[in-house]
This record gives sequence, structure tokens and C-alpha cells, in this order.
Amino acid sequence: MILQTNIRAMKKTLVLITAAIGLSLAAQPALAAGDKPKPRSGGFSFEGPFGTFDQGQLQRGYKVYREVCAACHGMELMYFRTLAERGGPFYESGQASPAENRFVRALAAEAQIADIDTETGEPIMRDGIPADRFPSPYANATAAAAANGGAAPPDLSVMAKARSGGADYIYSLLTGYAEIPEGLQIRPGQYYNAYMPGDLTPFMPDGAKVPPGGFIAMPSVLFEGQVTYDDGTEATVDQVAKDVSAFIAWASDPRQVQRKQAGMGVMIFLFLFAGLTYVSYRRIWKGVAH
Amino acid sequence: MSDHESTYVPKTGIEKWLDTRLPIVRFGADYMSLPTPRNLNYWYTFGAILTLCLVIQIATGVILAMHYVPSTEMAFASVERIMRDVNGGDIIRYTHANGASMFFIAVYLHMLRGLYYGSYKAPREMIWIVGCLIFFLLIATAFLGYVLPWGQMSYWGAEVITNLVGAIPVIGEPILIWLRGGPSIDNATLNRFFSLHYLLPFVIAGCVVLHLWALHTSGQNNPVGILIPKDRLKKDTVPFHPYYTVKDGFAIILFLMLFSVFVFFMPNALGHADNSIPANPLVTPAAIVPEWYLLPFYAILRAIPDKFGGVVAMFGSIGVLFILPWLDTSKVRSMRYRPTMRTFFIIFVIVGLILGWCGAQLPDAPVIGNFKTFILIDGDLNSYLWLTRFATLYYFAFFLVIMPLVGLRETPRPIPATISEPVLSGAAAMTAAAPAAAEKKG
Amino acid sequence: MGRKPEPGEICLKPLNAFMPQTAGPHRVRNGAYEEQDVTEPVVTENGEGGDATRRDFIHIAAGAAAVGAGAMMVWPLINSMNPAADTLALASIEFDMTKVQEGQQVVITWQGKPVFVRYRTPAEIESARADDRAGLPDSQTDAERVKDGHSQYLVVIASCTHLGCIPTFGTGDYGGWFCPCHGSHYDTSGRIRKGPAPTNLVVPEYDFVSDTRIKIG
Repeated sequence: MILQTNIRAMKKTLVLITAAIGLSLAAQPALAAGDKPKPRSGGFSFEGPFGTFDQGQLQRGYKVYREVCAACHGMELMYFRTLAERGGPFYESGQASPAENRFVRALAAEAQIADIDTETGEPIMRDGIPADRFPSPYANATAAAAANGGAAPPDLSVMAKARSGGADYIYSLLTGYAEIPEGLQIRPGQYYNAYMPGDLTPFMPDGAKVPPGGFIAMPSVLFEGQVTYDDGTEATVDQVAKDVSAFIAWASDPRQVQRKQAGMGVMIFLFLFAGLTYVSYRRIWKGVAH
Repeated sequence: MSDHESTYVPKTGIEKWLDTRLPIVRFGADYMSLPTPRNLNYWYTFGAILTLCLVIQIATGVILAMHYVPSTEMAFASVERIMRDVNGGDIIRYTHANGASMFFIAVYLHMLRGLYYGSYKAPREMIWIVGCLIFFLLIATAFLGYVLPWGQMSYWGAEVITNLVGAIPVIGEPILIWLRGGPSIDNATLNRFFSLHYLLPFVIAGCVVLHLWALHTSGQNNPVGILIPKDRLKKDTVPFHPYYTVKDGFAIILFLMLFSVFVFFMPNALGHADNSIPANPLVTPAAIVPEWYLLPFYAILRAIPDKFGGVVAMFGSIGVLFILPWLDTSKVRSMRYRPTMRTFFIIFVIVGLILGWCGAQLPDAPVIGNFKTFILIDGDLNSYLWLTRFATLYYFAFFLVIMPLVGLRETPRPIPATISEPVLSGAAAMTAAAPAAAEKKG
Repeated sequence: MGRKPEPGEICLKPLNAFMPQTAGPHRVRNGAYEEQDVTEPVVTENGEGGDATRRDFIHIAAGAAAVGAGAMMVWPLINSMNPAADTLALASIEFDMTKVQEGQQVVITWQGKPVFVRYRTPAEIESARADDRAGLPDSQTDAERVKDGHSQYLVVIASCTHLGCIPTFGTGDYGGWFCPCHGSHYDTSGRIRKGPAPTNLVVPEYDFVSDTRIKIG
């Protein structure tokens, strides 16, 4: 009977703990009908506990960001030297340090950074160095909003963390500019996107089926042949969207792959440690009624 | 079980010298040899797990504080700097953030254990009360800490919760301005929240010392719920070390495995994406939700239509815990032997989970399917608003109505005379020899 | 906990330690559990014996793993206090030498410290080389302190080796620098000649990455 009680108690424990975790994981805000469509999968290589970034994809993604997105979107938390961190797009195994990586030096030098002349104190523009941040297209948030019809293009540094769905969401959004549904009243300066969260009920005629998605202030920016990849990959809209999403996912959390790998080691160690401790525990309690 | 005689004998010269001046070795040795009931199950390991959580949070927190900048301009960027540039910073930050969630998982299970086995009942009322104080401080610390990264949820969560202070009649507004250091949440608020967030964990640590002191004074409870008289010490107890140090150690490792899964593989699963958007006082997020562990209280807050009433209910839901020892009228401690109460307890746990779920939902959203029924007072019956209200009703009824009444009316199962009895005799354990009355003096 | 328990002391041993498979009242070693009543079937099987339990390999292994786990948890906290990536990125800087006029010096900041970059006149170079053999407190030739082919440039950290003040340019008895704090005199090669400073002005690690550009650090 003790054994039965124990098993019952253990089951109860497990049920309770699972419920607690289930609750905590399920604590997402409720969705009204048609609020947030499930994003399409971009088939990214870095998903899952064993995922890693494809360095080629990150390089292509950086090129897309620099040539297409950086015209409006800043990435103010990114530094050029971060591109050469281990696991990043331009990491080279022989490099002395990320700041001395030759690709990063060249890429940084392409950028013009606002600075102050060391002798006269006048504002100047100078070539970038690896220690510089990515330059922003606008001087400040007000200028950004003013130049974009009142809606400032958000900074992309941590965009994959700032949207549920992460890279899949960004990919879906970029390729989600679909046919405008019949009867949808579009507000000026807004564009319909099937993956943008929103509730279109007020903008459809009464009784009509409300399409998924919402309004976004950014028009569709990707088109065929927009970017020429250095590695020869064909730059279809789909490919470009995937590459830049992967790059943004990397930029949002550059150390995620190293962390997952460390985690594997930690789990293995803990598993062995648990085994040792369990045997020790059983040995100590052996023969002691409890 | 009362204080046991100190059995430590200093051996070396240094030990003897120290023993007459500052008997910390004696203190440690006595702690290790403390007679502990032999029948404690794994529910009793959460105390040690919680101590580890506190140590981890303080250690990672002190390190984070070396890099974090508490200004509205730089807070968000300083956290991202920790994630990218500081050596191991990403792991330390995620340990701290997920550590808070793990802390609450452990504290809720620890409290449920206390409820189930009647560990709040005489003579352990002070352990329970100090524990409730720790719980309250923990919630305060977590709330303050969540504001620090200065994301959208940080800002707007702080906005909503501090606004509650303004709901207090008469004195609410001046207190609100005093609390915020200004008319709105700004640099002054962030700076003081950082200072308080650094302070409170040490207050918690002090309360933990009191909590353990009270525990050692009245003695550790056990699943059978009976006190262990002095003459049964040898048979019914084992020394804390190595029996429970190693058992606690094993439980800690399992806990660390769960912790590591979150930190290394899904560090943002328990958080909210909106908190990676820098705070913007001019844009409100689509849904303002606190972290999952505060959802039940958030649900109770929103269940009451009156703003101040909601505040009273929310704080009352924690306050009612403090008077629990006097609400329960049963002479029997452990719910193992209180089948009626146990049923209500299980419902209470489920209601708690429901409250948590409701806290994350929009009040108007339908609970079942997509249909409307009828409007009851101010909302459709098939809405989370009303589900929350029914759940809140049960929550308070459990403490204020069910506990007193069931204690008086139920017939508990016979309690074993000693701890060893149910362990040893198996199916023959329940002799009729020990009705509840015999144990009354214990 | 390896010593023998005193009589009457609560014993750590399992109830049936040293128990052979015989019935009848037992006198357990060391007097523990003297009330043991064997009519109570306390245990189901023999427990581990005696003191050997305490030193079992498994306990040592588990303890060692615990120490390892502790170290694994503490190390990242300590390492996080080491310079972060942004600090390390500024570990070296480059400087355009055309900014220095002959006979002048420029003060730049490197790793938070001031650095003198001095363009020496031929006379200054001469006087520096002439004193190579003189009885210097910290003996060093001028050639050791400059780069081949660029001996007109002297790069030194602008911190007096006595207690760290910044020496003034061109003053002092040897034409190099003079530290006003406690009166140390440096020559045109930055070597200490007179005064309390123990060593010459420190030449940081630097290289000419081009004819007119140096990289310090």
C-alpha cells in the first residue's frame, strides 16, 4: 500500500508540476478571432536545440539588410565588430579578434559615421571602424517618423525577439503582401499584410468574412533581382526574405548557438550528476525505513 | 519535536578556541545533526530548492548590476550590451530572468505543500506567517525587477500597477506622485525601482533566517502531521545530514535540469515578446500582461468592477494567507487524513490554475466556443470576466468559508500514533488506536 | 562524520547495521538504538555496514561532482567581470602621424591612458643617441625605444613612472620632459635621468601599419 501511495503521490506531483509549467507556457494573451495568423515556417537552420546558423545565409542576409532595409531601419545596438564574433557572418578562424577581422574592417570603412573633428570640434563624417555602431538612417526618432508619414520604422536590432514567431514571423510578413481582399477599405498610408496582427472587422462591410492579417505602414519592399548575391545564389523574393530574416534572428541574439551548445554540455553533466547523486542517496537511505 | 541537545564536541585547538568565542562550528554541526522526521517526501525538498534560487538570483543579480545602467536612456541598451558584449552575459541574464520564474514555481509548490500537510497550524504559525511575508516580498521584488529592462511591458506594467495606488481614496494621488517621483513613470521611478530591487532580496534573506529559526524552534512537520515526542526521536527521526542533505541535493539537481532547459534552449518562452520593444510612453501594447506568476493576482484585480475594490481584493488574496492558521478549525493537520478537505484542496489548486489562465485572457473573450449567452450585470456569462469572478469567489471561499466549516464538520480518517507505524505496517497501518483526540495535546 | 558516536548519541547508522540474519534481541554496536525491538520488522533487507558507508566511493564521486557543478556556476560570474567585447575592441587604436609637426608632440588617449606622440628634431635625436652610453638609471639605447626607419617619432605613455603624473613637454634639464609633481627629468628619448622615477617612460607596443600610420596596442 505504501508503494501504491507513493506512486499515486508521484503521479499527483507530476500532474501538478506539468500543469504549472503548462500554465506558464500557455500564458499568452488571448486572441480575438483573426488576431494573429500563424506564421509560415522559413525552414531555418538555427531552429531547435541543435540548430546552427548558416554563415553563407548570414552574409547574404547582411547584404540585404545593408542594401535594402538600412535605408529606413536602424540597428543601433549592433556594432560592426559583432559581425566577426564566433558564429557570425564574417567570423574567420585565424582572426586576432573580432575588431581586427579584415572583412569587418572593410565593411565598416564603407559606412560613413558622424563624428567630431578632434582638433576643431566641428561635426564631420568619417570612415567607420569596427568599434562603431551601425549608422542609423535618421538622426533621431522624430526625424524618422516625419520622413515616413508619422510612423517611425522600428529598429531591427532585436526584432526577432520583439515579435512572437521570431524569424518565421519576419519572413512571413515580408512575403505576406497578398491580394487586397474584396471590400476591404484601406486607409491611406497603410498596406494590407496577411501576417500583420490586427482586427480588420471595422474595415470590412457588415457580414463579410473578415480576412486574416492587418494594416502595416511599410509597403512591400522586396522584388526580384533587387540584390545580387556574391555567392551566386539566386535572389528570389522568397530567398531574400529568408536570408534577411535569418540575419535579423542572428543579430537579435548573436550567442544563441553557443548557448545551446553549452546547454547540451550542461544537460549531460547534470544527467550524470543526477545519476551519481541518486545512487548516493539510495545508498545512504538503504535499510532505513521511510 | 523540540530543540535537541547539542552533541558537538570540539576536537582541535582551533575548534575549542572558536567554540568559546563564536560557536559557528557548533551551530553548523547541530544543524547537520538535527533530528528530522524520517518520512519526509520530495515535497519537502522545495525549501532547499528555494534557498538555492535566492542564492542564484542574488549572485546573478549582483553581477548584472555591474553592467546595468538604470536610466531611461540607457537601460534597454545596457541590457543588450550584457547579452552581446559581456563575457557570459547572455547566460547570466537569462539565468536571472528565468530564475525568477523558477523561484515562483518552487514557491507555489512549497506553499501548496504547507497547505496540504497543515504546516501552518499550531505550533508553526510563525513559520507560515514569515513565509507569507517572504512571498509578498518576492512578488514586490519580481515586479520591481521586471521594470528594469525598460521594455514596453516593463513600462506599461509599472504604469498599470502604480496607478492602482492612485485608487486609494483621499491619499492615493499624493502617494502615487511620491512613489513615482513625478507625475509619470520616468527616470526617477526607474532609478528608485533599481535601488529597491537590489535591497529587497537581502530583506528576504533576513526573513528566511527568521523562517528557519521558527522552523527549528517548533520542529519540522511531516506528511503524517503528528508531532514527534522526545521519546520517539531515535525511532522516528534521522539526522539531517546526510539523509536530507543528499535528498535535497538530488532534488536540486532535477530542478537545475528544468532550469537549464529554459535558460539554454528556450529562454524567452516564459516571457513576453513586447518586452524586447524599447519602452514608449506614447504607445500602449495590444495587451498588458504581467509575468505568468502574477497572473492569478492580476485576474483577481480585474474581476472586481470597482478600481479600489479590485486593489483590495488583490491584496486581500495575499492577506488572507496571513490569517490562515486561525481560519482552519481542524485538529488534524495533514490532509492525508482529511478526505473532504483534500477534495476542496484539489479544487483550489485547479481554481488557482484557472485564475492564472484567466489573467492572460481578454475579459470579453468567450470561454467556451464562440457563442454569446446573456448579459449578467456587466458582461456576457460566457466570458472570461465571469469565469474569473467565479474562480475568485472560490478562492476566497476556500479560506474564509470552507476551511472553518469543514474543519468543524468533517470526520477525519484515523491518524497513526507514530510516524513509523504507517511506514512499517503497510496495509495494517491504520489501527483504531489513535483517534484525533489523543493527539490534541501535541 | 567519520568518528565513532558517543554512547547515547543519536547514531547515523541504519537501523539494522551489523545485523546478522538471526533473531532475538540485538545489542547494536556503540549502544545505539538500545531500545530496538525486533518484533517490529523495521527493514526489508540488510543495510550497508558500518563506517565503510561514510567513505564509499559513490559519495565521494557525488561530492566531487557537486564541487565541479559549483565551480561551473561560479566561473561565468567571475569571468563576466573581465573586459567585455566593447572594451576589448578599443584595445588598439590607429593614429595618423602627419598630424604631428616636427619638434612638437600630440597627446592621444589609448585604453584610457594619455600617450605622447613626439616628432623629434634632428638635434633632439642626436642628443638622445649621444647619451646612450651615459650612466643612465634605467639603461636603454635610443634605438631600442623607436622603430627602424622612423626614429624621428617617439611614442611613450604619458605617465611618470614615479607616481603617475603627466610630465610637461620640453622642460627639464635634458630637453625631454619634466614631471612637476616630484621633479623627475626625462631626456629626448623619454629616459629617466634625474629624479625619483625608477624607470624610463614606457614605450607601448605599437607598429607602423603604413609609412604615416601607427597602430598602438
